[in-house]
Amino acid sequence: MTPLLQVETIAKFYGSRIGCADVSFDLYPGEVMGIVGESGSGKSTLLNCLAGHLTPDRGAVRFDTRAQGLRDTITMSEPERRMLGRTDWAFVHQHARDGLRMNVSAGGNVGERLMAVNARHYGDIRNEAIDWLGRVEITEDRIDDRPTAFSGGMQQRLQIARNLVTGPRLVFMDEPTGGLDVSVQARLLDLLRGLVREMNLSAIIVTHDLAVVRLLADRLMVMKDGHVIETGLTDQVLDDPQHAYTQLLVSSVLQV
Amino acid sequence: MISIENVSKSFVLHNQGTAEIPVMQGASLTVSAGECVALVGASGAGKSTLMRMIYGNYLTASGRIMVGDVDVARAAPREIIQLRRRTLGYVSQFLRVVPRVSTLDVVAEPLLATGTDADAARTQAETLLTRLNIPQRLWALSPTTFSGGEQQRVNIARGFAFPYPALLLDEPTASLDPTNRATVLAMIAEAKTRGAAIIGIFHDHAARDEICDRQFDMTKFTMGPAA
Ligand SMILES: Nc1ncnc2c1ncn2[C@@H]1O[C@H](COP(=O)(O)OP(=O)(O)OP(=O)(O)O)[C@@H](O)[C@H]1O
Ligand SMILES: Nc1ncnc2c1ncn2[C@@H]1O[C@H](COP(=O)(O)OP(=O)(O)OP(=O)(O)O)[C@@H](O)[C@H]1O
Ligand SMILES: [Mg+2]
Ligand SMILES: [Mg+2]
Repeated sequence: MTPLLQVETIAKFYGSRIGCADVSFDLYPGEVMGIVGESGSGKSTLLNCLAGHLTPDRGAVRFDTRAQGLRDTITMSEPERRMLGRTDWAFVHQHARDGLRMNVSAGGNVGERLMAVNARHYGDIRNEAIDWLGRVEITEDRIDDRPTAFSGGMQQRLQIARNLVTGPRLVFMDEPTGGLDVSVQARLLDLLRGLVREMNLSAIIVTHDLAVVRLLADRLMVMKDGHVIETGLTDQVLDDPQHAYTQLLVSSVLQV
Repeated sequence: MISIENVSKSFVLHNQGTAEIPVMQGASLTVSAGECVALVGASGAGKSTLMRMIYGNYLTASGRIMVGDVDVARAAPREIIQLRRRTLGYVSQFLRVVPRVSTLDVVAEPLLATGTDADAARTQAETLLTRLNIPQRLWALSPTTFSGGEQQRVNIARGFAFPYPALLLDEPTASLDPTNRATVLAMIAEAKTRGAAIIGIFHDHAARDEICDRQFDMTKFTMGPAA
């Protein structure tokens, strides 16, 4: 099987400071990978390099494109990369306001993404938007409300609908449940689990919450000081951690 | 079906003075289709540890653990996930529940994950829950709030939903009343009959003697204080 994403010795520096270095892994279709590590360990830097938001200083990020198979997304042209960002990739931000247009209605937020991939028929777009709002448990009567009128959990669900409506194959998430209270988190996680399975999505999830990765991720990567220090099957890394830092993380001596 | 060759395991606790806890050395065991083998030995001998190594939940530093044609000691995460989906079942001592998922869906999940259609999976889950005496009024609820015995029976229903060719059972009859205990033993016997290779841990010696063909004494391979 061809990996969906093939990451080879990625490095990103901010001046002389390491953002992340020497990161390599393959992600296969349908796989969900979690990334954990303390604040400043390079998780967001890595995620942004993979999603084309940051240009790494070294390495390759190959994505299995529909038309041409594995292509290095770092060296491809900007329009090509932007097209992937609109079609095959989705990015769920920690703060919904970074991923939503706050002055556009809920329906508009979802419909806009469809128009970006050339949907034209107004009625179809509206129906698709209603369908997706329903899937993330936002009722039809809220379709004309702006996200500013929504709670944090609803905003996050709207962001997910906006991202998934175009049927992406790879979803990047940076702390998708951060800042939400526990019962709202559980609901969101349940929703994400269902969508990942139904749509056979591959996903990379950055989080500081080990319960989130246990629930969502097949595989886990532990980062420290910009480097990957341990990887493996999620339950194996959490139940039989090998590295001193991972043992500290899991035993909750160190809460990230 | 399951073939363990010369496996060793120790835990290194880096944050407790780099204490090394040697658990086992040179353990070998083969379990054929239709056979049930009991892991025995004192508390701390490494029974649960070996079972978790077979499941890929604990890392195996040396030796081989073949389940079908996969060496769990060396397999990539996605190979182990695939193995767990279709080949290797595990009824752990305690049910780990996902919030907000109904009991019926918890039990149907292994079937849905292997492509059974939703209706057939639910019907099968209902049959199992009925057989294990979980009252119908509980099926729509999450098992989070169930009693220990109810959770254990949900766990067993889930573990037996898909006909895995290899099955690991950690104390499947613990905390069950005589009726449910008999039901679980009958289910294990049926799994043997259909050709499953089973490894079990039973503190209930009567159950063990009734259902297991052989015992595997972990103490022989123990290196820790239990030896
Ligand atoms: N734009 C930037 N300019 C300079 N240094 C940066 C920049 N962005 C990140 N860094 C540095 O790179 C390192 C990795 O940061 P990154 O944001 O990737 O961490 P993180 O693991 O996502 O942390 P957190 O959990 O706090 O979000 C840190 O030392 C950080 O200070
Ligand atoms: N994740 C772990 N980290 C560190 N040590 C562990 C871990 N899991 C098990 N051990 C140690 O391995 C040894 C064997 O434990 P195990 O749970 O396998 O025993 P057991 O034979 O199942 O005992 P019991 O009959 O009490 O369940 C014990 O010393 C235990 O403390
Ligand atoms: Mg970050
Ligand atoms: Mg045990």
